[in-house]
Amino acid sequence: MIHSLFLINSAGDIFLEKHWKSVVSRSVCDYFFEAQGKANDVENVPPVIPTPHHYLISIYQDKIFFVAVIQTEVPPLFVIEFLHRVVEMFQDYFGECSEAAIKENVVTVYELLEEMLDNGFPLATESNILKELIRPPTILRSVVNSITGSSNVGETLPTGQLSGIPWRRAEVKYTNNEAYFDVVEEIDAILDKSGSTVFAEIQGVIDASIKLSGMPDLTLSFMNPRLLDDVSFHPCVRFKRWESERVLSFIPPDGNFRLMDYHVGSQNLVAIPVYVNHNINFKESGSSGRFDVTVGLKQTMGKSVEGVTMTVHMPKVVLNMNLTPTQGTYTYDPVTKILTWDIGKINPQKIPNLKGVICLQSGAPKPEENPNLNIQFRIQQLAISGIKVNRLDMFGEKYKPFKGVKYVTKAGKFQVRT
Amino acid sequence: MTDSKYFTTTKKGEIFELKAELNSDKKEKKKEAVKKVIASMTVGKDVSALFPDVVNCMQTDNLELKKLVYLYLMNYAKSQPDMAIMAVNTFVKDCEDPNPLIRALAVRTMGCIRVDKITEYLCEPLRKCLKDEDPYVRKTAAVCVAKLHDINAQLVEDQGFLDTLKDLISDSNPMVVANAVAALSEIAESHPNSNLLDLNPQSINKLLTALNECTEWGQIFILDCLANYTPRDDRESQSICERVTPRLSHANSAVVLSAVKVLMKFMEMLPKDLDYYGTLLKKLAPPLVTLLSAEPELQYVALRNINLIVQKRPEILKHEMKVFFVKYNDPIYVKLEKLDIMIRLASQANIAQVLAELKEYATEVDVDFVRKAVRAIGRCAIKVEQSAERCVSTLLDLIQTKVNYVVQEAIVVIKDIFRKYPNKYESVIATLCENLDSLDEPEARAAMIWIVGEYAERIDNADELLESFLEGFHDESTQVQLQLLTAIVKLFLKKPTETQELVQQVLSLATQDSDNPDLRDRGYIYWRLLSTDPVAAKEVVLAEKPLISEETDLIEPTLLDELICHIGTLASVYHKPPNAFVEGSRGVQHKRLPPRTGSNESPESPELAQPAAAQPADQPPAVIPSQGDLLGDLLNLDLGPPTSGGTPAITSAMQMGAMDLLGGGLDSLLGGDLGGSPAIGAGSRSCSYAVLPQCPSRGWSRDLFDLGSGVGMPAGSYVVPKTVWLPAMKAKGLEISGTFARRMGTIQMDVTFTNKAMQIMTDFAIQFNRNSFGLSPAAPLQLATPLSPNQTIEVSLPLSTVGPVMKMDPLNNLQVAVKNNIDVFYFSSLYPINILFVEDGKMERQVFLATWKDIPSDNEAQFQIKDCHLNSDAVSNKLQSNNIFTIAKRNVEGQDMLYQSMKLTNGIWILAELRIQPGSPNFTLSLKCRAPEISQFVLQSYEAMLKN
Repeated sequence: MIHSLFLINSAGDIFLEKHWKSVVSRSVCDYFFEAQGKANDVENVPPVIPTPHHYLISIYQDKIFFVAVIQTEVPPLFVIEFLHRVVEMFQDYFGECSEAAIKENVVTVYELLEEMLDNGFPLATESNILKELIRPPTILRSVVNSITGSSNVGETLPTGQLSGIPWRRAEVKYTNNEAYFDVVEEIDAILDKSGSTVFAEIQGVIDASIKLSGMPDLTLSFMNPRLLDDVSFHPCVRFKRWESERVLSFIPPDGNFRLMDYHVGSQNLVAIPVYVNHNINFKESGSSGRFDVTVGLKQTMGKSVEGVTMTVHMPKVVLNMNLTPTQGTYTYDPVTKILTWDIGKINPQKIPNLKGVICLQSGAPKPEENPNLNIQFRIQQLAISGIKVNRLDMFGEKYKPFKGVKYVTKAGKFQVRT
Repeated sequence: MTDSKYFTTTKKGEIFELKAELNSDKKEKKKEAVKKVIASMTVGKDVSALFPDVVNCMQTDNLELKKLVYLYLMNYAKSQPDMAIMAVNTFVKDCEDPNPLIRALAVRTMGCIRVDKITEYLCEPLRKCLKDEDPYVRKTAAVCVAKLHDINAQLVEDQGFLDTLKDLISDSNPMVVANAVAALSEIAESHPNSNLLDLNPQSINKLLTALNECTEWGQIFILDCLANYTPRDDRESQSICERVTPRLSHANSAVVLSAVKVLMKFMEMLPKDLDYYGTLLKKLAPPLVTLLSAEPELQYVALRNINLIVQKRPEILKHEMKVFFVKYNDPIYVKLEKLDIMIRLASQANIAQVLAELKEYATEVDVDFVRKAVRAIGRCAIKVEQSAERCVSTLLDLIQTKVNYVVQEAIVVIKDIFRKYPNKYESVIATLCENLDSLDEPEARAAMIWIVGEYAERIDNADELLESFLEGFHDESTQVQLQLLTAIVKLFLKKPTETQELVQQVLSLATQDSDNPDLRDRGYIYWRLLSTDPVAAKEVVLAEKPLISEETDLIEPTLLDELICHIGTLASVYHKPPNAFVEGSRGVQHKRLPPRTGSNESPESPELAQPAAAQPADQPPAVIPSQGDLLGDLLNLDLGPPTSGGTPAITSAMQMGAMDLLGGGLDSLLGGDLGGSPAIGAGSRSCSYAVLPQCPSRGWSRDLFDLGSGVGMPAGSYVVPKTVWLPAMKAKGLEISGTFARRMGTIQMDVTFTNKAMQIMTDFAIQFNRNSFGLSPAAPLQLATPLSPNQTIEVSLPLSTVGPVMKMDPLNNLQVAVKNNIDVFYFSSLYPINILFVEDGKMERQVFLATWKDIPSDNEAQFQIKDCHLNSDAVSNKLQSNNIFTIAKRNVEGQDMLYQSMKLTNGIWILAELRIQPGSPNFTLSLKCRAPEISQFVLQSYEAMLKN
């Protein structure tokens, strides 16, 4: 199982280590640094690195490498999932997962890690349970603690850990009972030069924010559940009911959680809300090129498209760009070679365009590669897959909760080839 | 007030100050101090000096303070074992606390204190906790058994904890079940043959019930455990599959992949005509696709596994090609894996799409990725015959871009296309030749030279082209030199009249001016062939080559089946069986897919029909499969009967060969491809040229009566009984069995030849492939008489260790070729490493101490030798006769510690510490060596010697 954990910042300093079994010397990280040196980019460090006596499994999150050390055969996904859980927990506790936040709360971090794994076996990884064991730091509490001398550690047994529903703690009480759901869909797509779709799929999630007293038993049904053939659920969802009736029946955890992930695959037709006309070329001789890009609306189901930005990673030889946008602002960073065009909301009557001259390094050969255009956008009140929540029923409690569903569609990895 | 202040205190008197604060009367101050201590510990500062002061804070009602002290204890108890005893009482008391949280905390912490002395005190509290009324305490105690087992396995067995743990599998609480399974799985890993997880239909049922109710992590443990079960028939298999499929919709990807493993394995037993089989196939695709939308690290592991799955069952993902299309901001490791899977899924139906994508990728920025994309186009051509034409034209388009690395990569794959579709696309050769000058990478140059040589008769200026390469012959890499030599010989055989001069030139360059043994050998072979029998030469050199097929990059089926059983594990990420890993797999059994039952169709491969019983640990000797490239074989192992004429420089060639590898060999052995072992010190390298080998400096023809030393000289050293290396079935009636021994300072291979055929066998010769320690015959193989049917002859062949060196896997693998008048046979055998222990392996005490300290503790390997009933003197004597020298003996706390050293023929020292407890049959052996790969082989030798 998981032997040790090292946290390494972008400068290459190991700023935290935790061992769940015997101590593994931090020199084992040298193998990691070696692999990091070989990779040309921090993102490209391989996630599994063998060393003579250990295996290093790492993830890169928020500019921190989380490097787990294992000695025996352990499923790597198990380790990676666990590391992501640690990151989530830090974000949950400290609001962000940064080196400063971790250092600031080092004792809590250490206590958390100790509760999450026992001898390398996961112990408590549900945020509800952990919060009962170790209270998250708040400004008020730390002030109170320093005056009264009480501590962050809970004195009670984590009740949820023993029950059949470990994700919910008992005796939850709210004055306002609310249940909100966010249906968020991201379109991952690759469009080719001519604008036709090479590949497109929708990654959807339903995030829930549930503040209900007692032990509510919820049932969520959809207008068109047949769209969902590839789903994964939070452990609270009763799979049998989904299989037989296509409804989500569950006793929710308290607070914010992800109820389900779904995936509308490449078999279904995916609507593409925007189109991009582009003409980017470099002159064979001379040191310049032309850039002319237009972003327009396609299938938006009558909703407006907002927060549109386009980023382009230009070839190395591009020194600068002199462009004129008809809408929004653009920046070009000559160091990272990244062009960003912040468009904002697209007005269907006035299609935004960005046009101008590319300055190349003189004497350099014409670039071989064609830059990819990355598009970001947001459409409120629309789930592009067409999924719709029908109703939410609550059993087991007597009060009437407030209910609400919000839809939003965003661009995920939305790329246009040129 | 935040904790970051703890990071900044770097004052000199820090420890002293903390000590004062820890002993303060004020509760609050104490707690602050403990927090500071913990923070220092977290960043790696040594605060062990504060041990007694921190332990004093343990007796407190404040839960946070108690936890912090426990944290500290876990870290430092090992360095202060005597002090740690002080904590025992508090633990025992806490295990009786009315609060189950405190009971659990105590039992959890106890297990983490890795001090032998303490463990005994902990057995009673642990036993109580295993039967605690509170499931939270029970589940914590279950894990504690695994911890304790890690520290003292014997104690756990003696105290009967294993049985209690087994009982917990039927516990009413699913979390307790899951943790018991997890603990047992971990313990079972170090006990490969124990039946700890003895699964039967009842226990399976319990596991399946617990599966639905336990946490995600528990589900992983249970699924991995289920995967080891072999159902009785297809109905049981189906019912397990039905209960596991809901796990495919779990949000935790590790759960999903473990479920996929169970399903892939049990599916094997379902008849293919069953409706359920089809349903299951359909259900597997969506979760695999979903894994690809997760974080890149998860994607990577998923892709490595999908790579196996599509090889085993391509039908699952055949419609999902598009999800493997590469996004330009994927990390490189994801891109390369996706590409690989795209080729595996390529078929006539989707090839147009795939080619369009690949062409797109070939214009990307990342050089590695572009290269692989170009290569992928070639692989598509080889895989999908209908697309070959389109692939070739795509490659030609890419060559027109003139981007240097694209052109080179394209030429390499076009060579492969020629080998798959000979005489079809030769029209493109002209285009290729235009790019001759831009090729600067060895592989591309070698490919181009191969093409020119192969099609010499169609290229008018082939001789000029090859001659232009010849100018810088000595600056070329070996690969290019070898290829050039062969190409020119081909050219000569095709156009003998114009190229005589060229061939003379290359032969003399290869044989006289080169110090590369491979090149020289190949040069001599050609020279002799050409000078003795040009017709034969033509037959050999211009022989029709077998077509290559796409299977070359598929994983071999038996290995694939084994890897399918390991989906989701490290083995599946590396595509190597678990026993190929250095550590943590000390006795992993081979896993097999279960045989299909209950249907009238035959299993897919014959191996599957065998019962799934564990394979015996010592593998039967493998016969090296005859390789496709006949020419290559012949050249690598030159075995030919002595040709009387035309062998001008054989002697020097052999000397050169032997000398060369003393330098390079050691490094390649030590700096092996695991990339981990530290470079060896200068000491052992400096000897490379000083000890010139006593190489057999005679030609093959002269040594007819030079018999090796006699058979069976008795000596004290341990000799493994003979085993059959080459069964008669595989060698046209010749059976070879044998063993290795070290007698009077020389290594001998004792071989028994038995003729089980009907004809007489003569003209025996033997040759070894390059191997890890340079073993090679010191004298030719001599059988005094021809071997008549049913006759057996025993021969002892003296071996030297100055042969060519190449790291083998396993390290002690020796591949042997034996020739007789009938054929050449290949087999491989494993030699015990103790034959390499030299007589002067006794180290000075001082040197031993210094070396032991000098070798990093990462290189230390510890083993248990069980059931050995010898006392330390007998052990010492026994080992001494095998050149393992006891340097010192010490008695520590009633245990005998023997410090031993041995030296290998290549100068590698191995240091050992053998701990013997009088009255106990189990020894502990710690080995330290600069080349830690060797340790497990040394252990095998120890075990063999001590038990015989």
